[in-house]
Amino acid sequence: MTQQIFAYIIQKGGKIDDTALELVSAAKKINSASSVTALVAGAGETLAAACSQAAASYETVWKIENEALAHVNAEVLRGMLVRILPKESIVLIPHEHFGMDLAPGLAVKLDAAYLPDAVGFEEITEGKLKAVREEYSGQVSTHLSCDLSGGAVITIRPGSFAGDESKALSGQVVNKSADAAAEGIPGKSRRFIEVVAAEVGDVDITKSEVLVSVGRGIEDQENLEMVNELAAVMGADVACSRPIVDAKWLEKSRQVGTSGQTVKPKVYLALGISGSFQHMGGIKGVPYIVAVNKNPKAPIFQVADVGVVENILEFIPALTQKVKEVKG
Amino acid sequence: MEILVCVKRVPDTAENEINVSRDGSDIERGDLVYSVNEWDNYAVEEAIQIRDKVGGSITVVSVGDGDAEEVLRREMAMGADKGILLSDESFTGSDGKGIARIIKAEVEKGSYDLILTGAQADDGAGQIGGLLAAMLDWPYASLVNKLEVLDDKRIKVGREIAGGNQEMNEMDLPCVLSIQTGINEPRYVGIRGIRKVASVEIPVHKASDLGLAPESVGAAGAKVKRLDYFRPELGEGAEMLEGSAEEKLEKLVEILKTKGGLK
Repeated sequence: MTQQIFAYIIQKGGKIDDTALELVSAAKKINSASSVTALVAGAGETLAAACSQAAASYETVWKIENEALAHVNAEVLRGMLVRILPKESIVLIPHEHFGMDLAPGLAVKLDAAYLPDAVGFEEITEGKLKAVREEYSGQVSTHLSCDLSGGAVITIRPGSFAGDESKALSGQVVNKSADAAAEGIPGKSRRFIEVVAAEVGDVDITKSEVLVSVGRGIEDQENLEMVNELAAVMGADVACSRPIVDAKWLEKSRQVGTSGQTVKPKVYLALGISGSFQHMGGIKGVPYIVAVNKNPKAPIFQVADVGVVENILEFIPALTQKVKEVKG
Repeated sequence: MEILVCVKRVPDTAENEINVSRDGSDIERGDLVYSVNEWDNYAVEEAIQIRDKVGGSITVVSVGDGDAEEVLRREMAMGADKGILLSDESFTGSDGKGIARIIKAEVEKGSYDLILTGAQADDGAGQIGGLLAAMLDWPYASLVNKLEVLDDKRIKVGREIAGGNQEMNEMDLPCVLSIQTGINEPRYVGIRGIRKVASVEIPVHKASDLGLAPESVGAAGAKVKRLDYFRPELGEGAEMLEGSAEEKLEKLVEILKTKGGLK
C-alpha cells in the first residue's frame, strides 16, 4: 500500500492531546511500515511547542499556522487540508467534539470513504480495511469493511487504541502554512464568537472521594430524593450521567463524562447508569466502581469492579437502610 | 423559516436488550420496541420553537422502509407540518454518504433555510449532518446545544465542547446543524395529537423521483459496508453479587466499607 497516512492532532496551548499517541497505534494497524504524518494546526507561539511534542511520536509533522485558526474552525481548516493533502490519503481524526465537526465534510471534499467512530482495526484484504464499531449503546459490535482505494477519512474513538510510546522520535517539522493558505483563507460562513465556560456548581465533584452517581434508571425527578438520602448517609456527593442533566433534574456541574466533569473518586457507585463510553471517559484515576443496574448486559458491568443486578428504585432505599444500620 | 429535520426510526436501547441473531447477519429484531431516535426529538422540538417564534414551516424527512412512516407521523403529531418518506429498495445497504446523497436530492427539490439532524443515532456515528452540509456546500456545526435566530440570514449557535464548556458561533443561513440532547425539553406527544395526523398522507419519494442513479446509493455506491454483528468482547468484567436481595445488600455494604465508600 503506497497511500500516505495522516493523523490530525488535537492541541491546546502548545500541548498535544492523548489521542495523538493513540492515532500512531491506529495508523500502524493500517500499515506498520508506513511513515505517518501528523497534522498540527493553530496560531501563535504555542503552536511550535505542540509541533515539537508531536515530532517525538511522528517522523513528519506538518505545521499549519494561520491567524484564522487561532480558534480552530472546521470549515477553514477543511479548506486548507483539502489543498495540501495528496490524493487518496488516509486521514485519521479523533472522534471528539472537533473531530466530529471536521471529519465528515473533509471526507466529502476529498471524495474519500468515511468511516466514523472506529474502535478497532482487524486486517486489510485487497485494499479493504476491516474495522470494528460499537452500536446500540455498546450492547452490540459490528465489523465494517472500508474501501481505502480512493482514500479514507476515519474517526477513532478516544481511548480505544492504546497510546504508542514505543520510542521517542525526532521527527521533522515541515511548515505547510503557505501552501495551505495559497489561495487565500477558505470561506468563513461560520464565525467564532467566544467560549462560554461551564458554570460552577455548589459542589465540586472533581474533588469528591466518594460519588453516588445516578442515571436514566432513576426514571423520575422525585426519585432523586432517595439518591440524596443515600449519598448523605454514605458521606458521599451526588453526581449523574447526561440524561439527568438534559432533563434539568441536576445542574451541569454534576455531570460526569467527556462533555461534563472528569472525576477521580476512590469509590464510584453507579446507579441505573448504562455506562456509555462518553460517561466512562469522565472517570479517571481508576476508582473502585460499583454498578447497580437492572439490565445484566449493561456495558457498565464490563468496567465495574462489582455489579448488582437490581432495580435501583427498590435497591436504593434498602441500601440506605442497611448503611444506616451498619453506621449505627 | 423553512426547516427540514432528518429523523430516524431506531430500536429503543433504553427499553430493549439488543441481541445478535444466530448467524450474525443482523440484530434480533422480532421483539424490539422502536421509537424515534432520541436526538431527533430534540431537533424537531427546536424546529417547532423556531417556527413558533419566526414563522415558516417544518418538514420531517426519513430514509427507511414503510415502517419509518410511524416516526414521521409521531413528529407531525408533535408539531411538524409535513412528512416525507424517502424509500426505495435500491437504498438498502447505503453507507453514511449514500444516506446523505439521498437526503441531498430531496433538499434540492425544496427551498430550505435550515436543516437539523440529531447529533447521532444509537446505530450510527453522528455523520449525516456533516456529510450533507459538505455535499450542499452549506456551513455546518455539530453538537449544537443552543440556537438563536438573529435575522433571516444569520443564526447564533452554541456547540458543546469538552468539560461542560460551550463554543459560540455565528453562522450564515442556509446551514446544517446537528442537535445535541439537552438543548430543550421535547414536548409530550399525546394520543390526541397522534389521532389528528393518523390519516394525513405522507408522500413517498423513490430513487427515480429524486433523480438518483441506483449505483450512487445503496450497497452499490457504498465504500463502507457492514459485514456482520457480534457480541463485544467483554473486559474482565465485574464480580457480580449473587444471592437474595438481603445477601447482596450485606455484601455490598461490606465492600463499600472496605474500599472507603462509607465515611
